[in-house]
Amino acid sequence: MSRAGKNTLYRILLIGPALLAITIFMIVPLGLMAYISFRGRDYSGGVVWDQFTAEAYVRLFFERELDGTLALNFNYMAIILRSVWLSFLTMVISLAVGLPVAMFMATRDRKWKAVLVFMVTLPFWTNLLVRNYAWILLLRDHGTINSALLWLGIISEPLPLLHNAFAVAVGLTYSFLPFMVLPIYASLEKIDLKLVEASFDLYANRWQTIKRIILPLAYPGIVAGCVLVFVPALGAYITPELLGGGKTLMIGNLIGFQFGAARNWPFGAALGLFLLMLVLTSLWLYARRYRGEMERSP
Amino acid sequence: MKTTNRAGLHSVKLLIASAVALSALGGSASAAGELNLYNWSNYFAPELLERYEKETGTKVNIDSFASEEDLLAKLQAGGGGYDVIFPGTTTLGVMVEKGMLAKIDVNQMENFKNLLPAFTTIAGDEDRAYSAPYMWGTTGFSYDPEMVPGGALEESWKEMFEPRDELKGKIAMLNEMSDVWNAAAFYTGVSKCTEDPAEAQKILDLLMAQKPHVKLYSNDGTIDRMIAGEVAVHMQWNGASHRVKEKKPNVVYVYPKEGTTFWTDVIAVPKDAPNLEEAKKFVNWMMSPEVAAIASNYTGYSNAVAGSGEFLKEDLRADPAVNTPEEYNDRLRAFENCSPASKDLREKVWTKLKS
Repeated sequence: MSRAGKNTLYRILLIGPALLAITIFMIVPLGLMAYISFRGRDYSGGVVWDQFTAEAYVRLFFERELDGTLALNFNYMAIILRSVWLSFLTMVISLAVGLPVAMFMATRDRKWKAVLVFMVTLPFWTNLLVRNYAWILLLRDHGTINSALLWLGIISEPLPLLHNAFAVAVGLTYSFLPFMVLPIYASLEKIDLKLVEASFDLYANRWQTIKRIILPLAYPGIVAGCVLVFVPALGAYITPELLGGGKTLMIGNLIGFQFGAARNWPFGAALGLFLLMLVLTSLWLYARRYRGEMERSP
Repeated sequence: MKTTNRAGLHSVKLLIASAVALSALGGSASAAGELNLYNWSNYFAPELLERYEKETGTKVNIDSFASEEDLLAKLQAGGGGYDVIFPGTTTLGVMVEKGMLAKIDVNQMENFKNLLPAFTTIAGDEDRAYSAPYMWGTTGFSYDPEMVPGGALEESWKEMFEPRDELKGKIAMLNEMSDVWNAAAFYTGVSKCTEDPAEAQKILDLLMAQKPHVKLYSNDGTIDRMIAGEVAVHMQWNGASHRVKEKKPNVVYVYPKEGTTFWTDVIAVPKDAPNLEEAKKFVNWMMSPEVAAIASNYTGYSNAVAGSGEFLKEDLRADPAVNTPEEYNDRLRAFENCSPASKDLREKVWTKLKS
């Protein structure tokens, strides 16, 4: 066998397992989901395998009137838009909180850095469900925060902190904040502090230094952090369920509902694919818009 | 040296143990004189397992599922090797329809005569050819007299759907589509299986008007929420209400006069049960009064066997939430299998409520 042939063989052998894993654990389930989304609905759960229909997709945008005509349906769109809005809000708050934290971490000495990174990753040691329950204990009427404020005499009635969009935003931000801090920290850590000194030497003030030196250099980290927060927040299930009080659904809950109580698997599958398309489209737009900056940065 | 020996011995022991466990697992599905139950967790008295073994010499194993979807999926996949299963009414209907159950003629069994009349038939298995009742319960609401004006509420869904000013923001609903829909249907006087969009609209209007006054919709933690006094009124399952009373004995469970949903879990046998004859004997045994009482004492829910009352724990017998007073019997509404058109409406209402 020629050397080149041998190399190709090795390459296939080495890539093979990963390729196989991707095929089995990603392509096949996704394909199955796409297939199910075009099948008929079995009202007792499951699907009618031998019936082709696009009803699930029609349902996403329209509802059937009594006479069979289609009318635009905004219910699902409202839920999807709310999910996008809440995820965006989560991303913005995470950025506002995460950027200063990352800056602080990146400017400590080496021993402190290790400790701080460890502290940021600490929450991952506990299950997400447990951490969300902890927020219930903090936010509820007789919870830690309200009790403390009542005791201090700042308020006379408990504040409505739990079971609303505010609680969901707090919970989501808390859950995904480390995904914002860590990439920004990683890119800030690489900055040569001499550049900051040079900036000061050239009579730039603090704000100008941050805006013109640090932020551009941290850009890849910020972009990565935003993506890492926005995407999982969009599919959140536990947090809106527990902290939102079941009053408003996010798209993740809507999908769960279709596979559970509503027993409408094709529609659930269609919603899942729609969410996927939504994420891919926004990532693509993002990449197209910022490709220039990302390639220019080190 | 000694330590390595010990480690070696330990792994040999482990190997033997797992081999034994494996053979036990493999054998359990086919060996005679054994019975494999599949039930919700914490929903079957361990005492009964021992008792049955002592009385008949048959060893009973139990395995648990987390949701009825799991149960259905496992049986559909043809797996399990289970002899006796405990599905709810909806799942029972699906299983009968899809031919997944063995026809064990419960109506011919010796202890069938013990059943309360209301339970000799059930939607999906009208002749009781496939299933015997296990536990049943109701969906009403509980309130804390100390938190409501005047210390008492009407026995009506009105208190939940059109709450008095003092209770606004202090009520919690179950986050269960069918229970909420049913209650709203009872209150508005609409059939719960309605196919008329105008009637569904009435239900939606009621629920939307109620929503601003609802603190939350949730199935979890209903007991703690009542005990902590976070809400004054909670739509609740009766077993949960009973457990609230362990801490707050004054709490009242209401069977709303417009209609109170009641659900039944049943005992059935899968079509390919390895120990069919044994399973039939077991189902018959479960319908005897003392056995049913022991089952209730453990789960905290009512059973459907007449004469089991005298074997019940005192606190269960004394609690009207569990031991339904006879005068409320005509308020109870059984499960009905609604048409797809009706289910569509229900789902639409629920989605609109939550969007």
